[in-house]
Amino acid sequence: MEVKERYKKNIGTITEAEQESLKTKKVFVAGLGGLGGYICEMLARMGVGHIKAIDCDVFEESNLNRQIFSTEKSLGRAKTEMAKKRLKEINSSISLDIKNERLEEINSRELINGCDIIIDALDSIDTRLILASAAKDMNIKMVHGAICGWYGQVSVIFPEDNTLKRIYGDKKGKGQEKSIGNPPFTPALVASLEVAEAVKILIGRESSLRNKILLIDTLLQDYEVVDI
Amino acid sequence: MIEVRLFATFRENRGKKIQVDAKDGNEILEKIDIKKEDVAIFLINGRDGSLDTPLKDEDIVSIFPPVGGG
Repeated sequence: MEVKERYKKNIGTITEAEQESLKTKKVFVAGLGGLGGYICEMLARMGVGHIKAIDCDVFEESNLNRQIFSTEKSLGRAKTEMAKKRLKEINSSISLDIKNERLEEINSRELINGCDIIIDALDSIDTRLILASAAKDMNIKMVHGAICGWYGQVSVIFPEDNTLKRIYGDKKGKGQEKSIGNPPFTPALVASLEVAEAVKILIGRESSLRNKILLIDTLLQDYEVVDI
Repeated sequence: MIEVRLFATFRENRGKKIQVDAKDGNEILEKIDIKKEDVAIFLINGRDGSLDTPLKDEDIVSIFPPVGGG
């Protein structure tokens, strides 16, 4: 089968058969903020066939520094609404299931049901632990990413792992980002790395970040993979 | 001396790798002014560690804050 012109520049990086297989895959993106916007943008451009995403916020002025779906015109509008509009414009051949909903213990399993992979783009530790627990129950692999100022981290979690518990211990709520903010470049960087890991898992290639955490420091440009 | 490797925000004003003379994790945190409740991961020689575990010369301790933004 001939690969669509729009995906030609993916080929070589992945094979034509791998590109074709992405059409059948469904990805759940938890959150449409700094990470989630870039993640959905890249999944749509990559040609992943089905994107499911949730968020329950509206765009605020303070989102404009980093959230790719936010524009001055979108302030006050639901992040889900702007995501749908943008993703349809990028790739009309993919299916979108984008819901204005908060991820909670009670709806977590239903939300991720039927997805091939979960990508963490959340902004709270508690919600991440809920998502990881649902992913374990539903036997779905998850790519974790988080940001904080100049810093970020990425890990790949299989259902039998307990990586997030090991990363966060008994921590709750927000991490250190509450005091040092989030600039534009760390979400874009961490989102890219999360999508790279997700694509590898979707096409059946090996991830190098299972039971490990990639720690990113853009201040020192220091990147380290640590066993976890 | 214990080699202490710091990550993310813990590096600010402290550096990435420092030598600390301490008997355990609690003393390290006290000496480098990090609050116990700000620590998400504490590894001793690459394995999960407790702040109370006695440390010996040349042990390597890695300390991570919680990074949770999205």
